[in-house]
Amino acid sequence: MGPISSRLVAMESKRGWAAILVLAAIAIFVVPILNLAVPEGSLFHIPTFWVTTLGKYLAFAILALSLDLIWGYAGILSLGHGAFFGLGGYAMGMYMMRQIGERSVYGNPDLPDFMVFLNWDSVPWYWLGFDQFWFAALMVLAVPGALAFVFGWLAFRSRITGVYFSIISQAMVFAFMLAFFRNEMGFGGNNGLTDFKDILGFELSRDTTKVGLYIASAVSLLIVYLICRTVVSSKLGRLLIAVRDAENRVRFLGYSVTNAKLFVFTLSAMIAGLAGALYVPQVGIINPGEFAPAKSIEMAIWVAVGGRGTLFGAIIGAFAINGARTYFTAAAPEIWLFFLGSLFILVTLVMPQGIVGVYKFLRSGELIEAIGRRLRRGDA
Amino acid sequence: MATGHSTCAVRIRGYIAFLGSALLFLALMAAVTLPAAAQSAPQFTQTADDPFAAAVQALDARKFSDKAKAIDALGVLGDERAIVVLQAFADGRLYRRKADKAVIIGDRDGDGFSLTSPVTGATAGTAASGEIKKIIANNKLRGQIRGVLGQLALFSPNADDRLDAARNVIASPTEDALGLLKRARDRETVSKIRATLESGIAVLELASDDRALRLAAVATLADRSDPNIKSALEQRLLKNNGEFTEPDAEVRAALREAVDDIDDRLALFGLVENLIFGLSLGSVLLLAAIGLAITFGVMGVINMAHGEMIMLGAYTTFVVQEIFRSTMPPELFGMYVLVSIPAAFFVAAAFGVLIERGCIRFLYGRPLETLLATWGVSLILQQLVRTVFGANNQEVANPDWISGAVAFGGGVSVTVSRIYIIIFCLMVVAALAAFIRYSRFGLQMRAVTQNRGMASAMGIRTGQVDALTFALGSGIAGVAGVALSQISNVSPNLGQNFVVDSFMVVVFGGVGSLWGTIVGAFSLGIVNKFLEPVSGAILGKVVVLVIIILFIQRRPRGLFALKGRAADS
Repeated sequence: MGPISSRLVAMESKRGWAAILVLAAIAIFVVPILNLAVPEGSLFHIPTFWVTTLGKYLAFAILALSLDLIWGYAGILSLGHGAFFGLGGYAMGMYMMRQIGERSVYGNPDLPDFMVFLNWDSVPWYWLGFDQFWFAALMVLAVPGALAFVFGWLAFRSRITGVYFSIISQAMVFAFMLAFFRNEMGFGGNNGLTDFKDILGFELSRDTTKVGLYIASAVSLLIVYLICRTVVSSKLGRLLIAVRDAENRVRFLGYSVTNAKLFVFTLSAMIAGLAGALYVPQVGIINPGEFAPAKSIEMAIWVAVGGRGTLFGAIIGAFAINGARTYFTAAAPEIWLFFLGSLFILVTLVMPQGIVGVYKFLRSGELIEAIGRRLRRGDA
Repeated sequence: MATGHSTCAVRIRGYIAFLGSALLFLALMAAVTLPAAAQSAPQFTQTADDPFAAAVQALDARKFSDKAKAIDALGVLGDERAIVVLQAFADGRLYRRKADKAVIIGDRDGDGFSLTSPVTGATAGTAASGEIKKIIANNKLRGQIRGVLGQLALFSPNADDRLDAARNVIASPTEDALGLLKRARDRETVSKIRATLESGIAVLELASDDRALRLAAVATLADRSDPNIKSALEQRLLKNNGEFTEPDAEVRAALREAVDDIDDRLALFGLVENLIFGLSLGSVLLLAAIGLAITFGVMGVINMAHGEMIMLGAYTTFVVQEIFRSTMPPELFGMYVLVSIPAAFFVAAAFGVLIERGCIRFLYGRPLETLLATWGVSLILQQLVRTVFGANNQEVANPDWISGAVAFGGGVSVTVSRIYIIIFCLMVVAALAAFIRYSRFGLQMRAVTQNRGMASAMGIRTGQVDALTFALGSGIAGVAGVALSQISNVSPNLGQNFVVDSFMVVVFGGVGSLWGTIVGAFSLGIVNKFLEPVSGAILGKVVVLVIIILFIQRRPRGLFALKGRAADS
């Protein structure tokens, strides 16, 4: 084995690899088979609605991973990751918008409906190229990456850290929301981009396309997880942890904190963009609502609930909270905000290491020891 | 410069209604003119050859076209009694008494009608519904009545209505209004309205055939500062089929000069208006940010629920208002604002202490977690308020002494509430600055801000200082809510956007610096306001955000940075 593959193997314990492989196999093979091959009405059949919902959760899990990479390992709490997610989503949405062609309401082969509505003669320059999938796919990564690079460079070189960075990033996503609400921006304004017909020639309304998008999300999550794992277990990863714990000390030791942070922030933004691009075809719409500051701050709680700095926890958190949201918004919508708000408070106060932390605590036997101590003290 | 032009309070509602929807207009006109007419009516006595009585009787014509002529006749007469009659006609309250064919105003009273004579304004007994017949108006007539009523308001007993009417004539001049305006001017006693009427006459005389009259009109209009007058002057400078509308070169030169004069003055007024708007925006921002600034300075944590403290203050105002409305005599209603200020302070402060003692104190040294936890608090508070008060906007009425507007010269006016807010905000900040500077608690607060460990070693109970600081910061946010309730609607997500804005102020001004917060808030408020016309309200906000992000590049610790020795702070 070469050095890279041996390092890859060494990243996880044997049990860890086993868990990853089993979960990946279930997500990538078992779920689609249960949907497509098992007849409807069977106990084991998974309805397509649930496959799409799971696909959405997978996209959120990728987003949560991107946030955990910078918050859990480098101590950068971005409250503006919705900007990168949204931009990735808009890039994919623009591609699908161009694919609609003559099937739009106004039937204009060259212009999306909202541009016809605005009386524009031709697509603006920044829409050029988005009729090609490869270009859109490139932009899904490049646009969030470039934004993160510029924003991060400005922020990190003037040593904006901690809550300062959090609020500035929130201001950034807020600015994006305001800007994208404007019709003149050329991104569909309030309504955003929607009414997509197909992607790469596959009709979005078909079940097989939906399952295909689901599988793409699952595979992407696996790859992104492995990339993140590689980064955090490398020397750079150890440097990031040191930055998180004592930034100035690392700086005085001669490391370039700015460059390390900038790299991981840009990478994280590109991953968030990918998540957005996988999310949009599955829900069929992208609008400025994705830039709402509340959404970005909620992503932080996915990571916090699952457990920061564990990567795996981020995935668990994304699934747990979005599952809870799906349940509550249907069953008791007025309870949802109370639930989410309490979760923010409880997780930070009671379980700062999240679900993974609780699991580790239980497994480590400390609980039994603590109970034992308490009992012995009671005897004495 | 404002003193050069006399100022006058204008009823905002009446003004908006005049320009705005016809429905609101009609309803208000009825409300304003009916009681007034009832008072002044007895002066008039009916005479056989009264042209007014004849015109009223002519309203009961068979054809709509004849009715229209009668309406016009009433308009030309310029008699204030016509307001009541025409209003009743438009509302469908004008009847013919079958017994004597007299036109009469009828108001439904139980099964029958109580009647009023349109000519004398006196009550004229009652009638059963079979004894009278409604005189029918159609939509075209109602439209015509609206126009005539607008001109007739020149003769309204209410001075504000007369002024509005005069301005309206200037905004949309019609030639036949000239006689009406002249008659109104001769009767007018209030000098301000008289001046407005003079302008109206001059605007109409711009189109006169007499060159001397036109020149005189331009001279009259040159020192006015009303955008409508300006556009009337510009109209005369336009070319029509290659020929100037104004044939005489000398008059054209005078016109050009007059337009330039008005432009200069308007630009100045615009500046003043924007400045006051920006200052009032900055005031609210300052009240919102200053609480955040002191808690951030003392404890180093961001309270994301700070905006909800503003929201709670606004809802407290709403509740106090409702209590006043239901239990107090109406004369005292205007005082509810004064009661809500301490009420909002204590409600918000109580919530602040609750948040600090129940949540934040367990998270010291973990600012990012505090940020998330307080965000959770804000979600819960928002949903709580939504559950209790409903998701809709609640309206907080401005008391009389705060509502209204101050008009500078022509079309420029600033609402009084904005000026009150600026004054109020400065008072609060002055009180706070004095408190921090001179009180024992203020001294302890400053000590903890500068060096928590050292302050603790000196025997200051930092926990207590934290709790009280939080109460103080939240209380001021609550007071900001009172101010905000006077200029915008009260809704559960009222405070949401304020955290980002307030934090921008704190970042810009420098953490823990009162001066920095003041300068930051006012400059952001004014910059925001001045960018708005250039780039649109939303883009203005985006530009400000970008400017701040770039500003931090140069001064990461804000304009007024506290000096300290700690590397990690």
